[in-house]
Amino acid sequence: MAGLQIDKLSMRFDLPNGSSVQALKDVSIDLKAGELLSVLGPSGCGKTTLLNIVAGFLAPTSGAITLNEKRVYGPGPERGMVFQQGALFEWMSVRENVGFGPRMKGMAEKPKREIVDHLLNVVGLQEFKEKAVYELSGGMQQRVALARCLANEPDVILMDEPLGALDALTREKMQGLVLKLWKETGKTIILITHSVEEALLLGERLIVMAPRPGRIHKEYNLPFAEMGVGQDLREVKKHPDFATTREEILSMIWDMEEEIMGGKSA
Amino acid sequence: MNVIFELWGELKAVLLTIVGAIPYIAGYILLILATMFVWSFIKRMLTPKHDYSSLKTVTFGDESSVVSNTAASIISIVLIFVLWGAFTGSKLLPGFMHVPGPFEGEGTFTYTSTLPDGTTDDAQVTVLVHPVGEDVADPVVEAGDGFAKNDSMTIGSYRSALIRVADNDDTTRGDGAVITAIDGKPIVPSENVKIDFGQVSMTPKGTLNVQPSTGWQMEPIWLPSPEAVWKRLGEIATDGYRNSTLAEHLGFSLFRVIVGFILGSIVGIPLGYAMGLSSWFRGWFDPIVEFMRPVPPLALIPLVIIWAGIGEVGKIILLFLAALWIMAIAARSGVSGVRISKVHAAYSLGASKWQIMRYVIIPNSLPEIFTGARVAMGVCWGTVVAAELVAAEKGAGMMIMVASKFQSTDIVLMGIILIGIIGFSIDMLMRWVERIMVPWKGKG
Repeated sequence: MAGLQIDKLSMRFDLPNGSSVQALKDVSIDLKAGELLSVLGPSGCGKTTLLNIVAGFLAPTSGAITLNEKRVYGPGPERGMVFQQGALFEWMSVRENVGFGPRMKGMAEKPKREIVDHLLNVVGLQEFKEKAVYELSGGMQQRVALARCLANEPDVILMDEPLGALDALTREKMQGLVLKLWKETGKTIILITHSVEEALLLGERLIVMAPRPGRIHKEYNLPFAEMGVGQDLREVKKHPDFATTREEILSMIWDMEEEIMGGKSA
Repeated sequence: MNVIFELWGELKAVLLTIVGAIPYIAGYILLILATMFVWSFIKRMLTPKHDYSSLKTVTFGDESSVVSNTAASIISIVLIFVLWGAFTGSKLLPGFMHVPGPFEGEGTFTYTSTLPDGTTDDAQVTVLVHPVGEDVADPVVEAGDGFAKNDSMTIGSYRSALIRVADNDDTTRGDGAVITAIDGKPIVPSENVKIDFGQVSMTPKGTLNVQPSTGWQMEPIWLPSPEAVWKRLGEIATDGYRNSTLAEHLGFSLFRVIVGFILGSIVGIPLGYAMGLSSWFRGWFDPIVEFMRPVPPLALIPLVIIWAGIGEVGKIILLFLAALWIMAIAARSGVSGVRISKVHAAYSLGASKWQIMRYVIIPNSLPEIFTGARVAMGVCWGTVVAAELVAAEKGAGMMIMVASKFQSTDIVLMGIILIGIIGFSIDMLMRWVERIMVPWKGKG
């Protein structure tokens, strides 16, 4: 069975004062190859922990991750990761950043350059390839991060709020780019976000998580990502189902937040 | 309890010194403000138009709009030299800019001798004040009439001298003759009287002490004039000092700093990396580093001299120790400062541990290491001068220490200026290297 299976994942953090926090409890997700999953939830629901376990940066207390029928332990190049920001290497140029993965594999200069040039074209940064990354705007930096991840040909792309630090306009453009890349490359993508709208737009499947312990609260199958490919995202947002689903999820999350804060406020 | 009184006494002395310096400090501040107003006035005059757009609406308190004013810097430096010249009677300044100098030349005052029976007689004392080091003879004077005879004496400028004016008089101590007035103004033992060119005081035993006025200028032994320092620089640069040329003195100091710093970095940087990457190494070296870091390298000088002597080895060990802890701590914080997302990103791009070290951790720590290197070079330069002050055969510090023992203040000043220039140049050089090597500093 190809794809990514997350099987009964639990994660408990033991705190220095002796208590412990159940960050995740029995989280199971079955992801087919090429699926785009967005994960949404109030802060503290274990979204990032989940992603870090899938990426291999954290070892779960129990449960297993299976990728293409092989259980995975620890980080690996077949699971690429795109971070919110600040994960680019500022001592390298844009070209060197994108070529980092191939270089680590020891790829020859010529095929590496072809890959880098192609990806910089895809993300629209061809003329910036010799620039230092800190000379680019936040949106451009995230394009570099996407290109760097794709250059390594991962099977799964894990995105940890990749657009969280961008301004609204840039964010919209980048959402379009993510959809385009997903459709063109056919990669399996898990995207974590704070934004309900983003989760709806970019999630073929959407999981809403609940906190304490972190668990899956509700799962949706959504048509909007498919609609958004090749269409203006603002048109998608006008769809009546979009508004109703958004309201439904928002009130769900509000209820969770209020539960955390200890009862409804007046 | 005694200690507290003692400390209180010291504190009082310090406070009194500060209070005494207030007029000078106030004068200097007034000078700064005056030049500031003059400068802004001139600048306004030179600005062609005075409409709305010529006004700069910069908010007071906006730190980013404060930049070092080049004109102020230039005036500040020039003023230091002008003040220096004015207070040393420098030939580089026109005479009217000098502050009053010491009295030089011939002056006279009269003294009145009184016998127990009330008879008095006046006599004149001729004083020749000459620059120190010049050989002059006592001025020739007539004896004059009366029982008190005229006297003459010579005094080097800035000095004072005792004169027993009664020695050549027709009276002796046994006669009970006492001096009762100077220039007609009454005087008693332990008091003083102003005269035209200074003051005369009387010792408790009745001898006169002549102090020609010293003016406001500094004696060369306290503060030599700029040209004297410059001349001495030329002499030492060509003839050397204490069997070594100036270049040798400075070269030896620099050599020690560079070798000590390089050795300290070679050991300190890997040590810092080990401490940043391994709990065992951090646990092992944390107590040592944290203890050694606050120990000033200067405090190690005695031990290093005992163990390694005063030769090059001892100095380099000292500078090695001075640089070692700074570089180790800089490398450690450089490693600790790496954003975990960068390491994670490298892992998920397939990098091995070694590749993460080579392509992520080391480049990421370079800015910190360069900052540490700048600090270490500064500390090493300070330490080497101090170590040479204690004991050395060659070196900038040794040069000024020996010179101070012979009161060659010009060499001391020259040495201090050269030490300052070299220290400043080292810092500039390090900043330049930093800009070239780690252009991404602070941009992450």
